[in-house]
Amino acid sequence: MAGELNYLLQLFVSGLSVGSVYAVIGIGFVVIYKATKILNFAHGEILMIAAYFCLVLIETLHVHFLIAFLLTLAFCAVIGLMVERFIFRPMIGEPVFAVVMITLGLSIILRPLTGMVFGFGNLMFPSPFPQKPIVFSNVVVSYAHLWTFIISCSVMAIFFLFFKYSKVGIAMRAAADRQIVAFLMGINVKRIFSLSWAIAAATAGIAGILLANVMVMNLNLSFVAIKVFPAIILGGLDSIVGALIGGLIIGVFETLVGGYLDLYLSGIKEISAYILLFIILIVRPYGLFGTEEIERV
Amino acid sequence: MLKVNNIEVVYNDVILALRGISLQVPEKNIITLLGANGAGKSTTIKAIAGILPLEDGEIEGGMIEFDGERIDQESPEEIVKKGISVIPEGRGVFPELTVGENIKVGAYTRKDTKGIQSSLQKVYEYFPILKERHSQLAGYLSGGEQQMLSIGRSLMSKPKLMMLDEPSLGLAPIIVREIFNILKTINAGESTAILLVEQNAKVALNIATYGYILENGRIVMDAKSEVLIEDRDVKEFYLGLTDDKKKKNFAHIKHYKRRKRWLS
Repeated sequence: MAGELNYLLQLFVSGLSVGSVYAVIGIGFVVIYKATKILNFAHGEILMIAAYFCLVLIETLHVHFLIAFLLTLAFCAVIGLMVERFIFRPMIGEPVFAVVMITLGLSIILRPLTGMVFGFGNLMFPSPFPQKPIVFSNVVVSYAHLWTFIISCSVMAIFFLFFKYSKVGIAMRAAADRQIVAFLMGINVKRIFSLSWAIAAATAGIAGILLANVMVMNLNLSFVAIKVFPAIILGGLDSIVGALIGGLIIGVFETLVGGYLDLYLSGIKEISAYILLFIILIVRPYGLFGTEEIERV
Repeated sequence: MLKVNNIEVVYNDVILALRGISLQVPEKNIITLLGANGAGKSTTIKAIAGILPLEDGEIEGGMIEFDGERIDQESPEEIVKKGISVIPEGRGVFPELTVGENIKVGAYTRKDTKGIQSSLQKVYEYFPILKERHSQLAGYLSGGEQQMLSIGRSLMSKPKLMMLDEPSLGLAPIIVREIFNILKTINAGESTAILLVEQNAKVALNIATYGYILENGRIVMDAKSEVLIEDRDVKEFYLGLTDDKKKKNFAHIKHYKRRKRWLS
């Protein structure tokens, strides 16, 4: 009985860790969606490129992990800015569908390109965290998972405060809310868009490095972002808090299903998130925290 | 202070919305621009605020001057910084931001923390209700409160000129009176000039010193408010009064009887 409970706790803890990374990836989707109504399918590829970039910095150039981490964030932000400036700025005013197709195309192009530069094989990310796990009474937690959770939660907290209290954060929400009025307030909405892409790409960078620590590194890293779709749709596409909670729910749910049902139905883990999403959307079509249009009657 | 000189505005390269209009707003004055639906009132405001390009509109001719500087090719951002603030039609609050956040956004172009604080105090003095509702979502305010929020938010940029696009739209007469009284107080207290775009000629002419009448993208008449109020055509077509100063009875209207003189 005690063993059963421990197993459950164990799954729960690793689920939280995975879920927190999902949440960070989710923020990236939400920030861009909120500002521009574009669902960025190339988000996973930016995440993957970030992981490779960081790996090269550490392995080949022997940069300290922390510095490599920061450099990667800067690098991602620049990618985000360039993608916005050269690909999406010219598309302002075009149908959203066309723009979303471009992000899909971008993701298809970026994957083999990354392979050509960094190789298609599996790599090991040199984890900066101690290999020996920590043992809390009967639950075993690896340092990688623990740090993943801590870093993800800090990122979420920073973003929450940024959007709630900072001038630029509030302006970003204002621009997402009513663009023309935002112009009238003297907000440079175009700069806000660029900033959204830079921020989203930087969060993808964080997520990429964290994932590389706990997964095998290859081009499939980018598919993790697809798994985040259920999480953000569950949370509501335009809600940061929703991304957090959606990410955690999906992470835990998926791990639990994997731990208990994969023995009988192999592969169920991979689709479990979508099944949960399906059920929740029937009940709440705008997600758990997505905004219903405010309407006064 | 504000000089609009013979501007022409075209939408989508073909639709001529303003056919050369000129108007002036002197410092500290309240000026009103009257006109029916589709006359070009909102377009005039958008042209001055510099947001026409966002709606596929363009100023094709003429020029707009503010404090002696040309502003017709400036970005909306620069125009706000120069001291022109717009209270858009239908209030234009950010519904998903709280009242406090809405007000904060109004000071976006300013950097002087102390000045912003004192502006905030002023806004709360003019509109105590906003302080009460500080942490509520703006989308859930009543129409009158949203209008107050929009005016308060505009004050946060410390404007020299406020342009209001139909502030009386969809509000009960008693609320309209309240809002216009506050506008008068703001005009006197902050020496802010006001350009008031309205369909409600009666309330507008009441607080304005000078009025312009816009029809089909042209200024058809302009005069001091006292003169406009007494004008026969304005009385009939904008105030709904007949010659004997009685309210018009719709049962007895004969449209063909009197035409607007300025159209023929």
